[in-house]
Amino acid sequence: MPNTVYSLFKIELIDMIPLQKIQSRFVPLPMENVDTDQIIPARFLKATTRDGFGKNLFRDWRYVNNDDTKPKPDFVLNQSEYTGEILLTGKNFGCGSSREHAAWAIQDYGFKAVVSSFFADIFKNNALNNGLLPVKVSDDFLAQLFALGNESTLSIDVDKQTITIDETGKQEIFEISIYKKTCLLNGYDDIDYLLSNKQAIEDFEMNR
Amino acid sequence: MAKTLFDKIWDKHVVKQIEDGPSVLYIDKHFIHEVTSPQAFSGIEKRGLTVFRPQQVVATADHNVPTQNQHLPIKDELSRLQVQQLIENCKKHHIELYGLGHPFQGIVHVIGPELGITQPGMTIVCGDSHTSTHGAFGAVAFGIGTSEVEMVFASQCLLQSKPKVMRINIEGELHKGVLSKDIILYIISKITASGATGYFVEYAGSAIRLLSMEARMTICNMSIEMGARGGMIAPDETTYAYIKGRQFAPGGEQWEVKLNKWKQLHSDEDAVFDYEIAVNASEIEPMITYGTNPGLGIAINGCIPVTDSIPDEGERKNSIKALQYMGLEPGKPLLGMPVQNVFIGSCTNSRIEDLRLVAALVKGKKKNANVQVMIVPGSQQVARQVQAEGLDKVFTEAGFDVRQAGCSACLGMNEDKIPAGEYCISTSNRNFEGRQGAGARTLLASPLTAAAAAITGVVTDVRDLL
Ligand code: SF4
Repeated sequence: MPNTVYSLFKIELIDMIPLQKIQSRFVPLPMENVDTDQIIPARFLKATTRDGFGKNLFRDWRYVNNDDTKPKPDFVLNQSEYTGEILLTGKNFGCGSSREHAAWAIQDYGFKAVVSSFFADIFKNNALNNGLLPVKVSDDFLAQLFALGNESTLSIDVDKQTITIDETGKQEIFEISIYKKTCLLNGYDDIDYLLSNKQAIEDFEMNR
Repeated sequence: MAKTLFDKIWDKHVVKQIEDGPSVLYIDKHFIHEVTSPQAFSGIEKRGLTVFRPQQVVATADHNVPTQNQHLPIKDELSRLQVQQLIENCKKHHIELYGLGHPFQGIVHVIGPELGITQPGMTIVCGDSHTSTHGAFGAVAFGIGTSEVEMVFASQCLLQSKPKVMRINIEGELHKGVLSKDIILYIISKITASGATGYFVEYAGSAIRLLSMEARMTICNMSIEMGARGGMIAPDETTYAYIKGRQFAPGGEQWEVKLNKWKQLHSDEDAVFDYEIAVNASEIEPMITYGTNPGLGIAINGCIPVTDSIPDEGERKNSIKALQYMGLEPGKPLLGMPVQNVFIGSCTNSRIEDLRLVAALVKGKKKNANVQVMIVPGSQQVARQVQAEGLDKVFTEAGFDVRQAGCSACLGMNEDKIPAGEYCISTSNRNFEGRQGAGARTLLASPLTAAAAAITGVVTDVRDLL
């Protein structure tokens, strides 16, 4: 890791949990354009804290409407053979509303990474800001992942920027900016960085 | 070096550039609302911070408010608490709040422009994806998440990577009955719901120059529906005329100073865009969506595409699923299909111009007996204007339910919802599953197309009524 970025953090308030490696089974959701209204419907956005959104993750796909005691058996989160810390999903994941509650819900449910061939911009930022890792892979690699059996495990290494299918060793490298990588590996967030730049911000205001 | 409009504004706001990383971008205006701000306030408080530049923050309550009896306490307990929390947070942090009961209250993207807070050359953010609306004034405006709201509270800055820039040139004249909503629905249907991801879009061309500010806002509003970070239009005489004299617009000598600056805000002639698209305005017909993302739209007199012919497997599956949810069949037209609801409102189409168009069409007519019609002005100011012009009488005589300002049935969060299984022609911006209430089926269209359906009770080509 280049020290230039690392040393930019003068304040080291650690409030995110560092994320370095994940090895886990995965939950497949082979759908495209999954919007944040599906991830967490608007009627569950009335809370004023960040906690507890996981129980309403994919609420309307997961439960018979307005009856949370009755799961829909054909939805993947209700199928016990699928489990793990990785959510595998089709392209344009997280499009639509900017609600960060979507990232909170996915994380609160227990996922640490989402793998897709394409993420909507705001969702990607929201995820990273919460230490939830969006892993963008090629369409081809994504198809290989979806073809795996439910017992298969994947390994994700944030520092090396790799995602590997454990049983075959097949691997792809994913993109992440050096800055964001530093944040994830150490549990820093943008506010820590911005606060360390207060003087530069005040100077900017004076000189414009 | 020749610069795009986007680059000019962006570059002026970079406080610091991290090597191989994002920029520290200075934010001029920060709008907040009750749903995406509480966790950001508690975040800064947890760190022992206060809001760094409270005078650059403006708050309103819109998403979660009822649109009837706004003078009474909110019935739903969680909603009431959330709105109350906003009041307390704003008080504590010295932030101007246009809450329920305030004459400036309304949908955040309606009030910013109408109060003259939104101005050319600014960077504007809000914890809401439709912040792109403000780009109609030649501002760099985009939606952010709650962690980012917290960052702006803490530092008046954000860490952002510079997006690519796309220009969409719309040349030519629009046909009668075709509105700016149809332009944007047309564009999204061509480039898909994810086609502009990673880009900031500038809309240009003769068709754009002829549009009013309200119409331009409708276009920029829906930029996010094709995945764009934001949308923008270079300011011109139409822009200046709209801003002049508004509450927070620059006055006196300041006006000339600002005006001279605003006149520099255009893409240089030889500026290079990462991507350019040309659209012929005369090819656009009134549009309507049939699926569960805003890209699934057709001309009002067209047929729903046949799913077998979609080459991409993922897209095919998506379409099949969408049609299942919508209860529609591939290959069939939508014209003549009965609808049970019409919703006229939202930050896309709830401004005075939208409501005037609707009133002109329905004046002296009655709504179809089988349709519920809800019409919701975007702000208290719009509501007062509606009354001043007597439009509310036109609406009530037509049998429309005229509500008070708020997001209303756009998002199924407050009391206004569309019943499961029913169809709703909506002037809002999203037709996602359950967006207007669990099980509700949304068809996005222009205010004119919505008004036409209100009268006939079926999907109608508004040109037949003009
Ligand atoms: S009107 Fe709809 S889209 Fe606009 S801000 Fe409100 S909820 Fe969001």
